[in-house]
Amino acid sequence: MNTEKPNYNYDIVKLFTLATVFWGVVGMLAGVFIAAQMAFPSLNIEPYLNFGRLRPVHTSGVVFAFGGNALFATSYYIVQRTCGVRLWNDKLANFTFWGYQAFIIMAALGYVLGVTQSKEYAQPEWYADLWLTIVWVAYLLVYLVTCIKRKEPHLYVANWFFLAFIITVAVLHLGNNISLPVDIFGAKSYSAFAGVQSAMIQWWYGHNAVGFFLTAGFLGMMYYFIPKQAGRPIYSYRLSIIHFWSLIFIYIWAGPHHLHYTALPDWAQTLGMTFSIMLWMPSWGGMINGVMTLSGAWHKLREDPILQFMIVALAFYGMATFEGPLMSIRAVNSLSHYTDWTVGHVHAGALGWNGFITFGCLYYLVPKLWGRERMYSTKLISMHLWIATIGIVFYISAMWVSGIMQGLMWRSYDDMGFLEYSFVESVMAMKPFYIIRMLGGLLFLTGALIMVYNFWRTIRGDVNPKEQDLSAPNSTQGAAA
Amino acid sequence: MNDENNKKEIDEVTGVETTGHEWDGLKELNTPLPRWWLWIFYVTIIWSVWYWVIYPAWPTLSGNTEGTGQYTQFNELAASQNEIVERQKAYLDRFEGASFEEILDDPELYAFAIAGGSSAFKDNCATCHGTGGAGGKGYPNLNDDDWLWGGTLSEIHQTLEFGIRENNYDTRLSQMPAFGKDELLTKHEVDAVVDYVLSLSNNKILETEVVEGAQIFKMQCASCHGDDGKGSHDFGAPNLADKIWLYGGDRSSVYQSVYSSRAGMMPAWGNRLDENTLKQLTVFLHQLGGGEEEQENVSAATESDQ
Repeated sequence: MNTEKPNYNYDIVKLFTLATVFWGVVGMLAGVFIAAQMAFPSLNIEPYLNFGRLRPVHTSGVVFAFGGNALFATSYYIVQRTCGVRLWNDKLANFTFWGYQAFIIMAALGYVLGVTQSKEYAQPEWYADLWLTIVWVAYLLVYLVTCIKRKEPHLYVANWFFLAFIITVAVLHLGNNISLPVDIFGAKSYSAFAGVQSAMIQWWYGHNAVGFFLTAGFLGMMYYFIPKQAGRPIYSYRLSIIHFWSLIFIYIWAGPHHLHYTALPDWAQTLGMTFSIMLWMPSWGGMINGVMTLSGAWHKLREDPILQFMIVALAFYGMATFEGPLMSIRAVNSLSHYTDWTVGHVHAGALGWNGFITFGCLYYLVPKLWGRERMYSTKLISMHLWIATIGIVFYISAMWVSGIMQGLMWRSYDDMGFLEYSFVESVMAMKPFYIIRMLGGLLFLTGALIMVYNFWRTIRGDVNPKEQDLSAPNSTQGAAA
Repeated sequence: MNDENNKKEIDEVTGVETTGHEWDGLKELNTPLPRWWLWIFYVTIIWSVWYWVIYPAWPTLSGNTEGTGQYTQFNELAASQNEIVERQKAYLDRFEGASFEEILDDPELYAFAIAGGSSAFKDNCATCHGTGGAGGKGYPNLNDDDWLWGGTLSEIHQTLEFGIRENNYDTRLSQMPAFGKDELLTKHEVDAVVDYVLSLSNNKILETEVVEGAQIFKMQCASCHGDDGKGSHDFGAPNLADKIWLYGGDRSSVYQSVYSSRAGMMPAWGNRLDENTLKQLTVFLHQLGGGEEEQENVSAATESDQ
């Protein structure tokens, strides 16, 4: 361990942390609103705030704005701490911050104005894509040069995951966004790919956005903050190596499972499906390594809501990464595809895994960054945890029921060989579940707002008077009882 | 590895050796891979390889490996469609050649027609007429016995097959004049005839305007809607003497109808559905509303009433 403390660049981490919280609330609010639009279509405000335009605001808002800023914040924090050097080049680091926020605003403005490439999770048009490319190259440079200048002989596992995330996302972004603008002063462009090739490129991108943005990147967070918060060594170095390489090698093949029973050739569907099945254990490697890191520290889980956030996140991660391979099986997919089941699956991962691991990391980071001994209130963290967990359970169980019901209604024939239900009947049957889903989302958002309040008080330097007795100097791990 | 940072130690809690590296206070244990994890990983790989043998899987220079199982998604689609077709076939062979009379007389064929008609209705007609056929403004309610173009089986069938105001010779075609807009009547006259029309179903005492309206109605409207305002199936002229209104029975809606006229249309389903489905829909609709008897019987019945 180095005795001299490097002068870490915490300012940039603070900026990204605040942006994470801000965009998190915006993205979740958009989510609750479009959930309400599904249940009550009259809430569609034409044309700027209709469902079609607001949905990408929600998805990009939570994935790229909330998740992206969280990845920037944690990766910049972790790379400095585990390399033992200050983040390389303050100016370029600042550029990644303001550049990335500009990208988010460019994208969101485009969405509400109806500017879109119509590619899921890659809706921004060419001008925003080019801008993001510049920002991303800057990110890679800042990160890589910091790694190269490290004082530690080895690169910590979290950094492998962050590097895999940054490099692969760059490749995916460049590949899927190859297009020709109609004119240099217009927003519209045409994709270089057409037909089934376009679909395949899109889902190669789309699936690996999940794989490398939402999985690899967030595993990077997990690999630092869980052992930190638990105060225990990582469970298995060997497992981290094997599951890292198998994860990134196998993930990149799995995209075609989004295109089962389409014009995509059978052989490509087969590869997508089998690689998804093989992906099961590599995905679970991260969960095992995270959860088993608690060996010898299980008692901390009882009292520490921050650790609870992280472990519940891993539980949802494990659930979603089991459900994913299951849904990639052709026969299962024939039932689940195009239904709410998919939506539920995504949210088990997004709310449960990405949301919760981010919340856990933020609760760890905020007091450290602003030089506070602890969060304003541990009870409020606990309250956030439970309200959000109930919200997720509402959400995903409503979507399971609704999705499976939808799938069964669509395929149901009577004895005489006639379709039993019309499409609109399946829509009407889903209404109660849409309302439950909306309430689940509302609970999740409520939890996030509690977090915002808690952060605000923490940054101001307050400690909840009722919890004063807990703020003994050695209680940063929440261990005092 | 014997670099200076190699400080392997035994973790007290688990008794496992660490890797000897440390970053920001973080260490790693060198725990071996969990056996169950490794074995399930192997099993998924072996299963995948087996799957590649059976199914189309890997691209080659001249196409792709086809697999030993002769699987293509087109075969799978054909198989599952066949299963449904087989279910229908049990009935279809007899249904195809059967007349409406025969269908009504045969409980099995009748049940088949109702099931098929109900299914086709929900997928094709419900968009405008509602899932239960209750209709809405401009879209007739199909549950009542008020028919615009006739409610016998053959009339319903023709309406379905050729549509209303569609682009073919046999379509149901008529056009009520826009009395106000095209200045066939003055506004005052339109008002008067509207009052009269409303009075037909309201049983109100005739006021002077209504009397004037009655005159106009006789001159302008009765040729299609009949002297008594009960309408005519020949022109799709609605019965104005009942309380069933296609475009609303309040004064301003009726005024709008007379002033600008209305001309709803329905697609010719013969272009989209096969004859069997049309027949099923016909029987379904006939029993849904108060289906009328075939023409001869109706006229015979009316004559005997008179």
